[in-house]
Amino acid sequence: MRALTWHGKHDVRVDTVPDPEIVNPRDAILKVTSTAICGSDLHLYDAVIPGLQSGDILGHEFMGEVVETGPDSTLRKGQRVVVPFTISCGACFFCQRQQYSACDNSNPVDNQDLTEPLYGHAMSGLFGYTHLTGGYPGGQAEYVRVPYSDVGPIVVPDGLEDDKVLFLSDILPTGWMAAENADIEEGDVVAVWGCGPVGLFAVQSALAMGAGKVIAIDEWPNRLDLARKLGAEVIDFKRTHVLEALMEMSGGIGPDAVIDAVGMEAHGFAPDTLLDNLKQRIGVGADSAHALREAILAVRKGGRISIPGVYGGFLDKFPLGAVMEKGVQIRTGQTHVQRYLKELLHKIGEGELDTTFLISHRLPLEEAARGYENFRFNQNDWTKVVLKTG
Amino acid sequence: MTGRHHRGSGSRGALLLLGAGLVAGYAGVSLWHQRDRNAVDRRPPDSAPGRTSRRSRGDDYAVTGRTVTIAAPRQEIYAFWRDFTNLPAFMRNVRDVTVAGDITRWVIPAPTGAVTVETRVVHDIEGEQIAWASTEESRIETRGKVRFRDAPAGRGTEVEALIAYVPPMGELGRWIAKTLGTEPAIQSRRDLKRLKMLFETGEIATNRNRKTD
Repeated sequence: MRALTWHGKHDVRVDTVPDPEIVNPRDAILKVTSTAICGSDLHLYDAVIPGLQSGDILGHEFMGEVVETGPDSTLRKGQRVVVPFTISCGACFFCQRQQYSACDNSNPVDNQDLTEPLYGHAMSGLFGYTHLTGGYPGGQAEYVRVPYSDVGPIVVPDGLEDDKVLFLSDILPTGWMAAENADIEEGDVVAVWGCGPVGLFAVQSALAMGAGKVIAIDEWPNRLDLARKLGAEVIDFKRTHVLEALMEMSGGIGPDAVIDAVGMEAHGFAPDTLLDNLKQRIGVGADSAHALREAILAVRKGGRISIPGVYGGFLDKFPLGAVMEKGVQIRTGQTHVQRYLKELLHKIGEGELDTTFLISHRLPLEEAARGYENFRFNQNDWTKVVLKTG
Repeated sequence: MTGRHHRGSGSRGALLLLGAGLVAGYAGVSLWHQRDRNAVDRRPPDSAPGRTSRRSRGDDYAVTGRTVTIAAPRQEIYAFWRDFTNLPAFMRNVRDVTVAGDITRWVIPAPTGAVTVETRVVHDIEGEQIAWASTEESRIETRGKVRFRDAPAGRGTEVEALIAYVPPMGELGRWIAKTLGTEPAIQSRRDLKRLKMLFETGEIATNRNRKTD
């Protein structure tokens, strides 16, 4: 089959690789119909997250048609399913508590050794996202092996086309959980850093949860426009002092909740960013976190900080003093995708949530490398790339 | 000009050295001061398992152990373990197990070729504990036990494996085994996680895309 494979920094190619097979009893094989490039794939593209090997298949946002099932799968051939990026066994302590992204069993044992010393506990398995999280081949391919297919995938009705439901795999529930983690109360002022796909879905979700005012922060006019269309007020951090503006726009109180939808590769010209980037480049495992530092200073006393943005290593100049002295709460984590699928699919079906506004480009899988390059280096116009197979 | 430049950088170097010395001296003095005020004469045993101690036991045995919680009934896990021929299903470093009477023979691949370990069950409490020790025929001197306890709050069973062994070639052998990932501490950690997967999910997680990979 054809698949998008990683070969090094800014080097991804569509190669011919062996087709997947059923390996474990609960597996299913999908013929992928649509798959998207995620903002977090860009951390891999930029090689700031370790643990990839040359030839690894990327991709964790995908959906398709079931073509083969293991004896213990509950899926049937021909069903259309969307697959969560988190691989979860459904039976362990964490899955039982719906903390699916903390699954104890989905990361193969040898791979668990990689994150146990780094984080104190082994991470769960994720599709196409380095050997730290299992080294599972991803879904930017014609076919993909889906472990625990009786737990993860959700069957979608034929009436809903791919583009409407594809983002259930990651970014829609991620934006939703980001807003949920911000504990939004009726009328709250919520500030969101980053108008990438997750930031935009967080804006949409926060408004759906009753926020009175959502303020979206980015530098790209087109992305700020998308936020505005969803109903947000916007700040262009290239023209405005963000902290001052947020205080003024929230009556001198500060936002009740803040959401960092940027993560470890914050850019823009700020002294801490330059230092963080330098350290990233010489490989000391430092995250670039300008957005998070700013969000912590911006949030009102006693407010809430939600971090859907991806961080992988260590952070310094972390204003923990502000967190403690202001008495704010921080909530974060990889998305517990399976927890939200039913509810969000229902909202899509009812027309309460539309996610197709985000897609700027549809490309054949063969042109995936061009998709990566533009999603990375042409951020204003390339807001979301969906790859189509066949 | 040049001479003065040299003199200048020399005195700056001396100043830096003096500064660093002062800082180090201050740190040393304050550490000593703290130590002086907070000294403890005798440390009574704490609640932690002995294998987590900062001090080694001071004999030839290396002791290792690991606990894992498995969401399954205690009796079931005990019964599965007690049939030693089941063990290669989750113990990757055990190639073969044969049981003859009360003697169990384990074939374990080693850097120097396969090693046969022969053990005898020395203590067996139904549903709670299995303890074994190597016989005189065994190539490796080892003893160990696995304990099964009900986990709190209905979480299933806590399975704790303890293995003591005399590393072949002493510390050097232990180091070699560690770098090859065959050291018992690494092995037992991985084995217990595979046992957990087997009981909780019915399979052992793998990222292989094909059966033959």
